[in-house]
Amino acid sequence: MNETLRIPAAEVEEASSRAAVRLLERARGARLEDVAYAEVDTPTGRLLLAATSEGLVRVSFPEEPLDHVLQELADAISPRVLEDATALERVRRQLDEYFEGRRRTFATPLDWRLAPAGFGRKVLEQTARIPYGAVSTYGEVARRAGSARAARAAGNALHDNPIPIVVPCHRVVPAAGGIGKYGGSEWRKEYLLRLEGWLAVTP
Amino acid sequence: MSVPPFSRFLEEHRTLIYRYLVATVGAQDAEDCFQETFLAALRAYAGVRDEGDGLRAWILTIASRKAIDHARARARRPVPVEEVPDGAAVVSDDGVDAALWAAVRELPPMQRDAVVHRYVLDLPYADVARALGVSEEAARASAYEGRKKLRTRVREEALT
Repeated sequence: MNETLRIPAAEVEEASSRAAVRLLERARGARLEDVAYAEVDTPTGRLLLAATSEGLVRVSFPEEPLDHVLQELADAISPRVLEDATALERVRRQLDEYFEGRRRTFATPLDWRLAPAGFGRKVLEQTARIPYGAVSTYGEVARRAGSARAARAAGNALHDNPIPIVVPCHRVVPAAGGIGKYGGSEWRKEYLLRLEGWLAVTP
Repeated sequence: MSVPPFSRFLEEHRTLIYRYLVATVGAQDAEDCFQETFLAALRAYAGVRDEGDGLRAWILTIASRKAIDHARARARRPVPVEEVPDGAAVVSDDGVDAALWAAVRELPPMQRDAVVHRYVLDLPYADVARALGVSEEAARASAYEGRKKLRTRVREEALT
């Protein structure tokens, strides 16, 4: 009997895969999705984008394993985390335009809930106001966030920025010169500052 | 322990549940029951806690309930076998095994699940017991009884 009770694995794989796609569509229709995510290829690598009903909540670089980031989102927000390219389509298109040099600001609501609380949050909000092609210093964003002497704390908050690129922490540099550190590897900071024209295109 | 993101949970269990449903409700209706199973799971998912391997037992229990609901609905409105719905079966369940599968579906739910979990899904008895919410001994007994009935049915089938 063991031989007889077999269902072909390849057919189950294919049918269940299609059923899963349909399930995601129905989940979206029934508003059962608390966190939507999608991946997007950029010159800085494949980014993970995640959004809630309030807005973009997370952007991560490929050094952070996808499973790890999704688990963090599940723990911090809700385990109802579903892949949904449609929900992220607007942001994805804007990122494409940004990397092609055709977009200078992102028009998307942000969900700040994964940002540090208090001062750190204020630092990120101030950072979000630095215009394309310009930079500010750690001391300056700390001052604007309400504590001129907290440049180091401002640096930490920027390192923990949950929404890099869209919240442009790459536009904050040391007063002493150089481009400083970046949570998502320094080559990316340099790439973004060159893309925006603050750094000369050829070194 | 925190539960995995639903996307991963779905990916980890989709083939198992699909296979279970093909065995218990047939290829024709597996897709609908699959949708109902995972939508019910998703509705409840925000409040679920995982104790080790408990999520597999949990989703199997939901699928089992959907399969029972489906069998009841079927019994209320019998559908002639000739009427094959459009968008037909992706997993064919006609041919030589048809009688055996029909016999599996006619078993009492506990025996049916014990047989399917053990012999179709290849789960060890500890996991069968967990999914059924009974002792390992009771799971073995149900699988044994179910298998015995299937043998009788298939033998009868061969003789007619």
